[in-house]
Amino acid sequence: MLIKTIFSGFGGQGVLSTGQTLAKAALQEGKFVTFLPSYGAEVRGGTANCTVTISDEEIASPIASEPEFVVALNQPSFFRFQNLLQSGGFLLYNSSLVEASNIRGDIETLGVPITELAANIGNVKVANMVMLGSFIRISNLISFDRLIKNLPEILGAEKARLLNINKQAFQLGFDYVKEHLKCL
Amino acid sequence: MKKVFSRPKSLRKVSMHYCPGCGHSIIHRLIAELLDELKLRDKTICVPPAGCAVLAYYYLDIDMVEAPHGRATAVATGIKRVHPKNLVFSYQGDGDLAAIGTSEALHAANRGEQITVIFVNNAVYGMTGGQMAPTTLAGQKTTTSPFGRDPKIEGPPIRVCELLATLHNTSYLERVAVNSPAHIKKTKNALRKAFEHQKKNTGFSLVEILSPCPTNWRMDPLQSCKWIDEVMVKEFPLGVLKEVKC
Amino acid sequence: MNKQLMYGTHAIGEAAIQAGCTCYFGYPITPQNELPEYMSRRLTEVPGGVFIQAESELASINMVLGASVAGARAMTSSSSPGISLKQEGISFLAGMELPAVIVNIVRGGPGLGNIAPAQSDYFQATRGGGHGDYRIVVLAPASVQELADMTFAAFDLADEYRVPVMVMGDGMLGQLMEPVVMPVRKKKKLPEKDYILTGAKRRPARLVKSLILDTKAMEDHNWKLMRKYRRIEQNETRWESFLLDDAEMVVIAYGTAARIARGAINRLRREDESIRVGLIRPITLWPFPTDVLKKASQKIKDFFVFEMSAGQMVEDVRLALDGSGTIHFYGRPGGVVPTPAELARSIARHYYQSQRKQKK
Repeated sequence: MLIKTIFSGFGGQGVLSTGQTLAKAALQEGKFVTFLPSYGAEVRGGTANCTVTISDEEIASPIASEPEFVVALNQPSFFRFQNLLQSGGFLLYNSSLVEASNIRGDIETLGVPITELAANIGNVKVANMVMLGSFIRISNLISFDRLIKNLPEILGAEKARLLNINKQAFQLGFDYVKEHLKCL
Repeated sequence: MKKVFSRPKSLRKVSMHYCPGCGHSIIHRLIAELLDELKLRDKTICVPPAGCAVLAYYYLDIDMVEAPHGRATAVATGIKRVHPKNLVFSYQGDGDLAAIGTSEALHAANRGEQITVIFVNNAVYGMTGGQMAPTTLAGQKTTTSPFGRDPKIEGPPIRVCELLATLHNTSYLERVAVNSPAHIKKTKNALRKAFEHQKKNTGFSLVEILSPCPTNWRMDPLQSCKWIDEVMVKEFPLGVLKEVKC
Repeated sequence: MNKQLMYGTHAIGEAAIQAGCTCYFGYPITPQNELPEYMSRRLTEVPGGVFIQAESELASINMVLGASVAGARAMTSSSSPGISLKQEGISFLAGMELPAVIVNIVRGGPGLGNIAPAQSDYFQATRGGGHGDYRIVVLAPASVQELADMTFAAFDLADEYRVPVMVMGDGMLGQLMEPVVMPVRKKKKLPEKDYILTGAKRRPARLVKSLILDTKAMEDHNWKLMRKYRRIEQNETRWESFLLDDAEMVVIAYGTAARIARGAINRLRREDESIRVGLIRPITLWPFPTDVLKKASQKIKDFFVFEMSAGQMVEDVRLALDGSGTIHFYGRPGGVVPTPAELARSIARHYYQSQRKQKK
């Protein structure tokens, strides 16, 4: 198994921390993992993206030229990274911000209204973690239960106070997919 | 009989390679006398320059490390930060400090590195054969300004002490000369003060010494000493430019 | 110690601290800024720790020189254009026989180039880089773990031989996050630093210099350095091989290129069981594993060099093989990182062609 995912969006949407949380969770499960952020001039102008690779064997290239998954939190990345997806890949997008149009015919998609969902639990800042919850349900790359169990370690002492809200956010995203994508 | 004059212990017993009338030998001796008097010989680390005085390490009997041309203040910074209790000084010429090493000198001064710079200004590149230096006077002929330095094209001479005096973390800046016994005495006092400032960690100290270079000035030694008094000090006035409380 | 997910630049910094580095001097340049940023915080926790953001690359390498001659473990880091500026100081360090660790997170060039990962500084690194007859040890890590391990090892190597040691990564490795186990310092017997400057207390004054005006003495010094470099070649040449036993073609690649090559070879062997391709990966770029290649050439006739440059290490391969075997080359300069699939296609093409030729 070797799966690559691109997380993308505006700077400040928590794109990098979403990818890092996934990478740390995969590391906790003993998987091979790489996390590669975009950097320098590429990220000027407010967009951010990162690639997380999770594998059962050593990872040759941490760069995703044809990722299995794309998670797009804003409109520009919805278009830009959709084209990179391999045929049969999955595009998960933030339907609170993204107007889904001109979607490729050979990929699967799901929009999650993460801002609204996060607002329901009173903190829009965890919208990205709602998305991660959805992603885990769709990708099946890591175990949801183990993520929840390992969360204190993953978040670290600095973010210990955000433990509960993050758990809620994951659950919300996870359940949303269960309800809206019956085929899974 | 009472001995009133002898070779300082910090000065090695070798003859120097400097030209007749050159100021370097006097300055070396003053440094050696001071290190003896202040009992600092075994605490001192010196960074000599690229230029005529590169061979200072054959004359001064102290720990020394050569620096690339212009980088003496950066090297001295590295040493002093590792050994904050040692006396660390660089010895630099006008090309070394005010041309190729301006950036290093300016920023070491601005950081207030606790080092002393002994800046020997003789208005020419000596070692390489008398080319125009950043401190060459307006109208002064050198091998690369054969018709005299034209300030409109080549810029006027740079006054290093005045430049550094604007920086907050410089603690002691004085311009002196070694062209007469009285001036030599003042030079020694200036160096002493600079070392004392370093000892008390007041900031970056620099002593600019106007020094004769008869060979490249195409003068005899006496004319050179006179030229400093009559011409050079008009551009580079002597005196203390800055002194913070010690 | 636990495995933790770390950025390449941070792994370098922490490994340096663990190796006893107390002095860092640098100047900002992408893609390695996270290293000085890390050191600016971390060195405040280290006794005697010194961090200076210098005014230039020239100043920072010369501050390293000063700290090194004062006896501290000192380092600097930069990326390609900045490393060019440091060459003056590196030449002086080599001439004066002073230890130092220099990290180069290589980006595309020449000139300002770009900030993408590249391997185009190979010539500069392995030929010394500055003026004069000298070499520096060049380590080429291929993962974040190796960035840590090799930075850690670089300090011992530098002290043992009194040479500058370069850790050469690239923009991708520097920015990459991977699991790392930090190396821990053990007592290692290293030569006493009997050359450092501390003030001539109860000993004769010391002098550290590179100016040797007497030609005979300069020649002696040059030969002395060369003898040291021969010793390094004998003792410190490092490489690794992969699936070499049955190989009929061997890919030669280092750093990021080597890990992509590994992926390509795995892919090829999975797709076609008859394809016999292996890998030799130089870990030290200088000293270059010449003997390993020479020995391989007794059995293997096809050598496929892959570099993220227009072709630099390929010259060392040519020198090592000295006419035996055929050299194939695939290069992607300019900051392009090809995929394992792309590389596999190129390897396969050359492999099948040369198999056909041999049958004829």
